[in-house]
Amino acid sequence: MAFEKDCPHALPESSDHKPPHEARRMFLKQSSILTAFALTPGVAVKAADLKFEEKVAAAFEQVKVTLEINGKKHKLSLEPRTTLLDLLRERLQLTGTKKGCDYGQCGACTVHVDGQRVNSCLTLAVMQDGKKVTTIEGLADGDNLHPMQEAFIKHDGFQCGYCTPGQIMSAVACIREGHADSDEEIREYMSGNICRCGAYPNIVNAIKEVKNGGLKV
Amino acid sequence: MKDYFFQDTIGKPMDRVDGRVKVTGAAKYSAEIELPNMAHGVLVGSTIAKGRIKNIDTKAAERAPGVLAVLHYQNAPKVPGYVQAAHPTEPKPIGQPHRVFYDDKVYFNDQPIALVLADTLERAHYAAKLVKASYEEEKHTTNFAKNTDKAILPTAAKRNPRHGLNDYVRGKEDAYKNEPLKIESEYVIPSEMHNPMELQAIVAHWEADDKLTVYDKTQAVIGTQNAFAREWKIPVENVKVIATYVGGAFGNGLHTWPHETAAIIGAKKLGRPVKLMLTREQMFTMVGYRPHAWQKVGMSATPDGKITAITHEAIGQTSSYEEFTESTLQQTRMMYTSPNVTTRYRILPLDISTPIWMRGPGEATGAFALESALDEMAHVLKIDPLEFRLKNYTERDPEKNLPWSTKFLKEAMLMGAEKIGWSNRPMQPGTLRDGEWQVGYGMGVGTFGAHRGRATVKATLYPDGKVVMQCATTDIGPGTGTAMVQIAADNLGVAPEQITFELGSSLFPPSPSQGGSATVASVGSAVRAASIALKQKLASMATGNADSGFRGAKFEDLTFQNGQVSLNNSPGTKLTYSDILKQQGLPELEVTEESKPGEERQKYSLYSYSVHFAEVKVHPLTGQARVTKMVSCADAGKIVNMKTAGNQMIGGAVGGIGMALTEGAVMDVRFGRYVTKDFAEYHVPVHADTPPVDVIFVDKPDFISTPMGTKGIGEIATIGVAPAIANAIFNATGKRVRELPITPDKLI
Repeated sequence: MAFEKDCPHALPESSDHKPPHEARRMFLKQSSILTAFALTPGVAVKAADLKFEEKVAAAFEQVKVTLEINGKKHKLSLEPRTTLLDLLRERLQLTGTKKGCDYGQCGACTVHVDGQRVNSCLTLAVMQDGKKVTTIEGLADGDNLHPMQEAFIKHDGFQCGYCTPGQIMSAVACIREGHADSDEEIREYMSGNICRCGAYPNIVNAIKEVKNGGLKV
Repeated sequence: MKDYFFQDTIGKPMDRVDGRVKVTGAAKYSAEIELPNMAHGVLVGSTIAKGRIKNIDTKAAERAPGVLAVLHYQNAPKVPGYVQAAHPTEPKPIGQPHRVFYDDKVYFNDQPIALVLADTLERAHYAAKLVKASYEEEKHTTNFAKNTDKAILPTAAKRNPRHGLNDYVRGKEDAYKNEPLKIESEYVIPSEMHNPMELQAIVAHWEADDKLTVYDKTQAVIGTQNAFAREWKIPVENVKVIATYVGGAFGNGLHTWPHETAAIIGAKKLGRPVKLMLTREQMFTMVGYRPHAWQKVGMSATPDGKITAITHEAIGQTSSYEEFTESTLQQTRMMYTSPNVTTRYRILPLDISTPIWMRGPGEATGAFALESALDEMAHVLKIDPLEFRLKNYTERDPEKNLPWSTKFLKEAMLMGAEKIGWSNRPMQPGTLRDGEWQVGYGMGVGTFGAHRGRATVKATLYPDGKVVMQCATTDIGPGTGTAMVQIAADNLGVAPEQITFELGSSLFPPSPSQGGSATVASVGSAVRAASIALKQKLASMATGNADSGFRGAKFEDLTFQNGQVSLNNSPGTKLTYSDILKQQGLPELEVTEESKPGEERQKYSLYSYSVHFAEVKVHPLTGQARVTKMVSCADAGKIVNMKTAGNQMIGGAVGGIGMALTEGAVMDVRFGRYVTKDFAEYHVPVHADTPPVDVIFVDKPDFISTPMGTKGIGEIATIGVAPAIANAIFNATGKRVRELPITPDKLI
């Protein structure tokens, strides 16, 4: 089990792990005390300047989250505005998941959450508390590539490689969902994943091969 | 040349050497480099297109949690290499790249005016929203169509009457005007954004006061190194540029941009590494684009289909501070046998950021007009457009009056026509149907100079038989590393699995930027030169050994294959490369070879060629146009890797589908700001837009172009695609659309 010791703004570990709404309430309470303090005239005002208040507020905005990522449990303390994508890339150094737009329009950030494909840029990490996340780094079985990864290499389903993790995660889900029965269906259900290099026909061929090969995805 | 022709590997559809790292997510792109104590930078852009910053209020941002600094023109560390002038076009009339945080002037909307640095990405993004600026606004000029009368001849042409951007007249100027059988049409393309999937990103790290390392998304490792050395007035060798993996670029990595210098400024200020990744919106405003262009083509022909005159004029957009130019009219000068050709190229400076070459650059723009005009002329003449092109086929370059190095475009045209089923194309537009859908066929030709530059490769052979080659080129997606391994394998006589090609670092020997379809020609030739130099060293060691059976043998008497050298007339006399190194007690054998083009380029005219065929279906009620089949054919010399080259051709076709049907930046001329700023408004082709694409290579070597017989394919893959689709739509519907993209509203 991994714990994020290096997080620069993590709260100290404590036994009374409060749910997010309680943390929020505590923040408000603390914050109003500070405001009252700030309203006091004299030297005290300067001491409790706004920066200090914001710093305290920031600490209280941390939310505890437990995620299982690629089979490994992570106990994290996060700002609620942290997206699953930024958590993976910036905090956990799982940079296989790519940022291409931050709007859920390109699919480069596609991961599986409890087996379903999601755009991790549109997903706040705190919303996934207790869930299982699979990223491209967790798809292969050790040194043995997943059949979809093999097929992408064989059919040259990429060029620059940047959209590739998202395409592969989406492709695996596409077959699992039962949406890979024809070229047209594959193209339709893969259209959330943009490949600017334009390797689309090769991606379709890779998906078809995996689907028709009957291997478990 | 004998050694080259083994070709065990060249031409084969080898899997990519970096396939595994790319499908497992292990490949690290610029923003994925993790350095200790790294800060995050987010840029704040101007909200006006032209004027002066009156005030920047950064107080709230500075107070926000985690913020380390907010930099702008008043407080940012000075960049010593900025040319000190009131306007970037002074004193150098051609202009200079935008000087970020130089002064209070605003030259384009969303110009970076502040950099927020914070300890986490979220905090940097949040604080960036708290920066408020007020402006003294000036009247901006951002409406291309209303200002074409202000277009100018590029300064480069004004200064040098022999420059290719000058007006060109072959035969009689504007001769089409007095001919009876003629067409005259205007064509417009909007600005298009490269939009590679990887957002432009940089990690900037000052390792010492005068020592800079950047992990940067670029197509020009050495160019970037030189640019930053100049900007910071530090020795070139003190700047290290790393671009191991580049997540697509299509041209926008061929220039250094404000965000790169901003991150370097930030790292200077903080004394810690700074990571800066643009947002998708910023990819539309500050890292170049294919410029909006207006074109006019006049063409005349004899009734039996001989072109008598072409006049092609173009105006391309540029910024107010840099003159960006491209070869929009080149294809018109050399492709067809017209005795009279006139071209005029102008640029229109607007209060918008500087464009940069986008795949197929100006040639793709020019080919849209020229190849559409060909189709229009053929229709007037009632001649099949393929036949019309063949009737005006050039066997010699009419512009330079030189023989082609090689040209197999005719073969490509015939192969492609057969494959698409050109015989199904109705001569009368709007007459072929598939149920409710109108069906049509169209073609477009593309060409691009078969360029080659100077490149150097270092090759090291180790006693275990492994070879490492290094060059400061990049791989933005075409599979450069893979192609280089294949070239090395055949030229060195070593299995590809034994060879590693390292790229993307300024520590490696120099290479030109990865642009203009020249990487295989430039770097591949250097790989070959280094391979031959290694073999020569091995040969002299083998033949110099007194006990050796090779004694006295000349280089030509030897065969190099499977990691061993043998005598041609006595194959049993052999030594592995490893044995030679071991005999000599060498831990490694190293060569560094430069390769450059020679005089052959003065004696011949060198181009790659493509021809694209499209089958489209148009729904008459909705105006929806779908490309249902594409055939793309390339005459680009010897193909090094059928799989990756085929993929590149498919990608060019997909890019062309976007250009033809969906892509276009929309400028709100009231504010001088694009309203298209993400993939919901700016539509790049997706899976559902992409039909099967058949790729055909003529695959005949051009040894005048390079010793491997190669020519580039990156640009020709997309040049000519958009007109093929536009022409197919005309054939399907009878509607000639001369302004891209061909959206449904233009077809109903």
